[in-house]
Amino acid sequence: MVPYLFVLAPIALLVTFTYVPVANMFAYSVTDWDGLDRVKNFVGLANYVDVFTEPDNLRVFVVSLYYLGASFVQMALALYFATVLSFRVRLKNLWKGILFFPYLINGVAIGLIFLNFIRPGGGLDSALLAVGLESVIRQWTGDPEVINYTLAAVSVWRYMGLNFVMFLGAIASVPGEIYEAAELDGANRWHQFRHLILPSIKPIVGLSFILAISGSLSVFEVPYIMTNGGNGSETFVIRTIKMAFENNKVGLASAMAVVLLAIVLVVTCVQRRLVPEEKVDLT
Amino acid sequence: MRQIVISAVKYASLVVASVMMLLPVALIITGSFKTNQEFLTTGPFDAPENWLNLSNYATAFTRGGMLLGFANTAIILVAAITGTILIGAAAAYAIDRFTFRGRTATLALFLLATLVPAVTTQVATFQVVKALGLYNSQGALIVLFMGTDIISIYIFVQFMRSIPRSLDEAAKIDGAGHLRIFLQVILPNLKPAIATVIIIKGIAIYNEFYIPFLYITNPDLRPISTSLFAFKGPFGAQWEVISAGVVITIIPILVLFLALQRYVYNGFTSGATK
Repeated sequence: MVPYLFVLAPIALLVTFTYVPVANMFAYSVTDWDGLDRVKNFVGLANYVDVFTEPDNLRVFVVSLYYLGASFVQMALALYFATVLSFRVRLKNLWKGILFFPYLINGVAIGLIFLNFIRPGGGLDSALLAVGLESVIRQWTGDPEVINYTLAAVSVWRYMGLNFVMFLGAIASVPGEIYEAAELDGANRWHQFRHLILPSIKPIVGLSFILAISGSLSVFEVPYIMTNGGNGSETFVIRTIKMAFENNKVGLASAMAVVLLAIVLVVTCVQRRLVPEEKVDLT
Repeated sequence: MRQIVISAVKYASLVVASVMMLLPVALIITGSFKTNQEFLTTGPFDAPENWLNLSNYATAFTRGGMLLGFANTAIILVAAITGTILIGAAAAYAIDRFTFRGRTATLALFLLATLVPAVTTQVATFQVVKALGLYNSQGALIVLFMGTDIISIYIFVQFMRSIPRSLDEAAKIDGAGHLRIFLQVILPNLKPAIATVIIIKGIAIYNEFYIPFLYITNPDLRPISTSLFAFKGPFGAQWEVISAGVVITIIPILVLFLALQRYVYNGFTSGATK
């Protein structure tokens, strides 16, 4: 009896706020419910067809590609700095802190910081002007061709530090003596990177690559705060949310949420296959 | 010679990256000390005329309602974190120390939940919260922060294993019941895990934007992140006030980070990989 009493509250919360909503989400997704009406009409798979055929709904998948591309840049940068800082460097903790700290900043604050930074005549434009790159200056959020690059870059700024610290931790798990032994054997930095660092961080890099796929569809805060999804910057989650709470299309929004959930589940299954579990065991 | 070049490239890249990381924040800081007139007429790199001009901070605190925002965040933080710790530790205690029917199913339920992206399920969670009468109350945020946190249960289970069972046994021989063992043996020994959970959960709640944005419309109940978001409206033309608001929001996190760096790094590397 005793263990049940201890898991009662956690399970009750988990079921109420995760599983009931997920079940409802499936139920709503086959109706035309507006979120308020007493009646929900069954519409079959019409909402799902909408998700994959309506051009406005398809556009959000294209937008997520910018973030997917950005996450590769982000990981390359994180890998580079993690490697650099795993060797002897002056002021190591300072660099580490500077690269990581943006990850801790409130998303609203980040959005506002960058709205200020990229406004016409703001910090970015002035900096480019100062180094003679005025030809690069664009309407960073005003031009639909540029806006998604801008927002994806902000996302790199925000999340690079987390990747970096995780990679750094994985590299640090290789005992120092192994590097010393390698150095005695005449291994240069590149050899050390190739044969010691890379293998030690392979699992975490693999994991990050796969998480990037679901991550790029789940992008929400930065574009929502900076542009409210306007000007062609609407992401999958922003559109879902808007459909549900602004356009009263709870049925369609639920179908979108189910699609995202399905993608996340598929991606996770693939990941479990490719990257053998080493950390995830709760038993 | 080659060593010098490599070294130069290394430091140059670190300096460039640091400038890119710091510049946008630095400009917000300098902007927060400018007057409205100054903000509009001087360049972004011009230093403020008076570094002690705190009037924007005063405006942000009073008219921007940030004091109230901090108070609300504090209430939510304390309630949600206390709840998370008790619930997470209780679940971990049951899972690690007992064998019972449905144990594997319970575990699976928690693990599966980590995969559900919380942002999208809000479409349906919203209806549950409304049905419970929690819409537009801080209770909504507290239960949501408590109820959807699987990472802390994971951290507790991991740590629970390192607490020797002989401690439980000894207490049992002394006549302690399960509740007393939990409160007097398990909880005190979980301290390091609790510290980790407080740090990562605290930062996550402090920074959370969407849940308060969705569930709290009453300005008097807003936590700090949506209070700051609300600046976009009335202060839309006063970037110096918005800048001050941003700086105010960042300071507590910066102080925490500087004071507890090692724990913050460890917390995120252990929590992020789940």
